[in-house]
Formats: sequence, C-alpha cells, structure tokens
Amino acid sequence: MSAIISISNLTKTYKSGHQALKTINLEIKQGEIFALLGPNGAGKTTLINIVCGIVTSSSGTVLADGHDIRRDYRLARMKIGLVPQELHTDAFETVLATVSFSRGLYGRPRNPAIIEKVLRDLSLWEKRNDTIRTLSGGMKRRVMIAKALAHEPTILFLDEPTAGVDVELRRDMWEMVRSLRANGVTIILTTHYIDEAEEMADRIGVINKGELIVVEEKSVLMKKLGKKELTLQLQEPLAVVPPGLADFQLELKADGHELHYAFDASVTTTGSGIAALLRRMSELGITFKDLNTSQSSLEDIFVNLVHREPKNGK
Amino acid sequence: MKAPLFNVHGVVAIYRFEMGRFLRTVWQSLVTPVITTSLYFVVFGSAIGSRMQDVEGVPYAAFIVPGLMMMTLFTESIFNGSFGIYFPKFVGTIYELLSAPISYFEAVLAYVGAAATKSVVLGLVILATASFFVPIHIEHPVWMIALLVLVSVTFALFGFILGIWANSFEQLNVVPMLIMTPLTFLGGAFYSIDMLPETWRTLTLFNPVVYIISVFRWSFFGEADVPVVLSVSLTLGFFAACLAAVGIIFKTGWRLKN
Repeated sequence: MSAIISISNLTKTYKSGHQALKTINLEIKQGEIFALLGPNGAGKTTLINIVCGIVTSSSGTVLADGHDIRRDYRLARMKIGLVPQELHTDAFETVLATVSFSRGLYGRPRNPAIIEKVLRDLSLWEKRNDTIRTLSGGMKRRVMIAKALAHEPTILFLDEPTAGVDVELRRDMWEMVRSLRANGVTIILTTHYIDEAEEMADRIGVINKGELIVVEEKSVLMKKLGKKELTLQLQEPLAVVPPGLADFQLELKADGHELHYAFDASVTTTGSGIAALLRRMSELGITFKDLNTSQSSLEDIFVNLVHREPKNGK
Repeated sequence: MKAPLFNVHGVVAIYRFEMGRFLRTVWQSLVTPVITTSLYFVVFGSAIGSRMQDVEGVPYAAFIVPGLMMMTLFTESIFNGSFGIYFPKFVGTIYELLSAPISYFEAVLAYVGAAATKSVVLGLVILATASFFVPIHIEHPVWMIALLVLVSVTFALFGFILGIWANSFEQLNVVPMLIMTPLTFLGGAFYSIDMLPETWRTLTLFNPVVYIISVFRWSFFGEADVPVVLSVSLTLGFFAACLAAVGIIFKTGWRLKN
C-alpha cells in the first residue's frame, strides 16, 4: 500500500521554547485507519495541526497525497478534512448553511446532493434547518464531522472524535469511520480511549513527549508487546517457588495460594509454554484447583510503553 | 489534478457567510446607525442648524451630511472588518480558515470585501435618509462613490488588522471608540476647519481624518479645506499601509498561527 501522508524529520518548537515534536518520521498508508495514542501534551494535536496547516512546523516536510503541505498547500489541503478536538461551531448558523460553507471554503462548487448525503449519513438531515446552538453536544460533534466531509476529502483527521459523547454516538461514529474507510478515505485518529484504537485501528502509533515511540500494526503490536498471564489457584499454599520451576517466570501471590506465570504470547518454544509448566508441576506433585489466563490489553501496552520510555531515553 | 489559481468558491463562501450575518442582524447592522444619524439631523440639522449661518455657502444641515456619512463609515467599517475575523478567533472556528486551501489574499478579499460592502450600503442608506431632511446636490457623484468605496475598503482593512490584533472585546472597541470617534469629531465632521482659530487649524492638520472628510465634502459641494490631491494621496497611502500590514501579518502568522 502506498503512503498517502509522508512526514519526514518534522520538528516543532514553540516560541515559549517548548519542544512539542522531536524529529517525527511517519508514513500513513492509503486507506488505513491509523490511531495516534499518547498522554495529554504528548504532541498528538500539534502533529495533526501541522499537517492541516494550523501550526507551522520548525523544520521537516510533510507530503499529503504527494503534495507538499507548504508549497502545494491548495492541493494538499483540498485532500484533507479535519475534525478538531474542541467543539468549535458557528452557533447562529443553520446546519445546512455551515456545512455548505465548509464545502465552498475548501474550493468545491456547490453540490446539494453531496451535502444531503453527508447530512443523511450522519443523521443530520432532519436537523438541517436548525441553528447549531439548539443542538446537543453529540449533534454538534456530528456537525463538525459533516463540515470536515463536505468537500469530499480522501484523508480525514479525527482529533479525539468521541471525547465526551455517549455510548450510542460512539458506536455510530465507529460505524461511520469504518464506512468512510470502505469508501477509500484514510483515517487518522487520536484518542485516549485505548479500546477505541483497539477496536478500530489497523496501525497504531504511540507518541510521548514529542517522540514517536512505536509505530506498528495493531495485531503485531499486541503480539509483540502483549503479555499473557496464567493464574493457578493452588490446592496447597507454597512458601517459595520450588527450584524445579526456576525455568519459568513465576510469582507467588495471595500468601502462596496463587501462582502467576507471565509469558510472552508470541513465544511458542517448547519447554516454556503453559503445557510445559503444567507437566513440570505434575511431576513435582503440585496440584491446583482452578486456573485462568488473561491477555494484556492495548491499554496495558500503552501504559507500559509510555512509562518505560524515560528509562530507555535520556 | 492542478491547483486552482484562485479559490473563487472559498471567497464566495466567506463573502456570503459574512453578508448572511449582516442580513440576520439587519436591525443592528443597518437600522441602528440610520436612527442615530437621523437623530444627528434632528439635533444638529433642524434644531441647531436652523440658527446657524451657511458654511462655505452651503446650508449647515446639508454641510454636515458628508461628515456624518464618514463618521458612520469609519466606525462601521472598522467594526465589521474587525468583528468578521475576531469572532472566529474568539469562538475557535478560525481553525477552518487556517486549514482551508485559501490564500491570505483571498481571505482578506472576502472578509474586507463583505465589510466594505456593508459600509457602502450603509453610507448610501444614510445619504437617502439625509435627503429626507435636506435637499442634497452632489457636485462630483463619481468621485463621491469612488471615495465612499475607498474609505470603506481602507477602514475595513484597518478593522481587519485590529480584529487580528485584539485579544478581547475590550481591545476590539478601543480604537473605534477612543481614537476614531474623537478624531472624527475634531476632524471637521460638523464644521469647516477654516472656522477655527489659526493655532487650532494648524494643529487639526495633523489629524488624518480632516483630509478624508475634506475630500469627501468636496465631492458634494466642490469646496475643500485642504488640497484634494493631498487628501486622496493620504487616503491611498493609508490603504497601502494597511495592505502592507496585512501582508506581513499573514506572512508571519502573527496572532493567527503558532
């Protein structure tokens, strides 16, 4: 798959001296859903704002569908739609007027059929003649998305799209994002709902303190960094982990009643898996009454990555 | 795909949006200044004006018409020019303008064009209102219209700069209220500067508004306090200075971009 966005050596230092981005290199593939994760102040919004033209980078280049965002800003920006994090709307405009305005602003001729489709897809058609101030927060969020889609962009940035929306709308948005992707739109979303990234994304980038710590296929990331854990409820408590089980990464918990075995889900070498452990325990006469396994979520991976970073870094 | 040389749809969208706001708030935008101007005519034109001598051979009530038009034009052009860009900054919708494929020139053209259109309409409405109170003869109608447009565009542009500079509604009102209103009152809106004592007259010549009102009054009555060429040159100079300032603002992203 070819890259629709190419970011090379991008840096941003604000006038205050705050270095928001430290040499970012990133390629977004055409047609993918890319989730950018990171704690507050990590640089997610700065990165998006630079690509969209709202913030000026200190150095580096960004190509959107092959167009330099500075030199060929018209062509680059015509391809991009942006739904910012905050609900910025013209309170006194009608839904139809504000969405039509956005289409014109992005250099597209009037096309009522497209505006109608966008509004219908977002369940806004019935509200088209309502002024925005009369709408609920969730509806306003939909209006923001409609505005971003009015000029038929092929790249859509969603900055925290489901922050503060109810469960139903959140599901609707996920559905909408999938259908946009099915129509060939590349989606880049930032979120602090890790389950959202887990649910939606093809690839995930984690940004922390202005640096991209990792960019990986979601499944690979889960596999690579995801830990599985086996918990065994022992029949008889143990005081220490027996030397016969020293080959395994074991930990005793609950006053010796539970044996925890953390293992790498991607490693399937014989001799280190669950079966090998259970066999060895049987040989040693250690019995258990129950067991369960759990897999680390993307959230665990994310927290792990972000907290590990300073130790690895400077 | 080739990049369009001019984002005509974008310019039209902003222009329509701004004019839409004007129509939505037509009472505030149009009727209020008309009522205020009518009150000036009642007080200065009919009540006091009837006891005043002719100024430069023109009845006082007619004499103040160009000054009144200019006074409203200054404040309204500045207000509309500044509000159009300040409001998106204030509510945050500026993100859309900054991320749109629209050049700075196009954005200025649309915002300032809309603000100036409102002022020109307002100026003509005030003129029509005035004609109900006094008979008005315009000596140089083409110049009058040209000056009306030039002053509207120039001060809308000046307002646009203020709108970008302002960080609060208070700042937005400082220049029109504390600078423009006194300069207009002292700039010969209600009198000819020839009526002033010599010292005050000399001092008044440092007020740029004097030149604008003088040349505009000239387009009505054919008489000017200061040379017409000087007045036109100064107004054009101010327009060019505003244009240069806008150019620098957009080039550097001052108060718009981080």
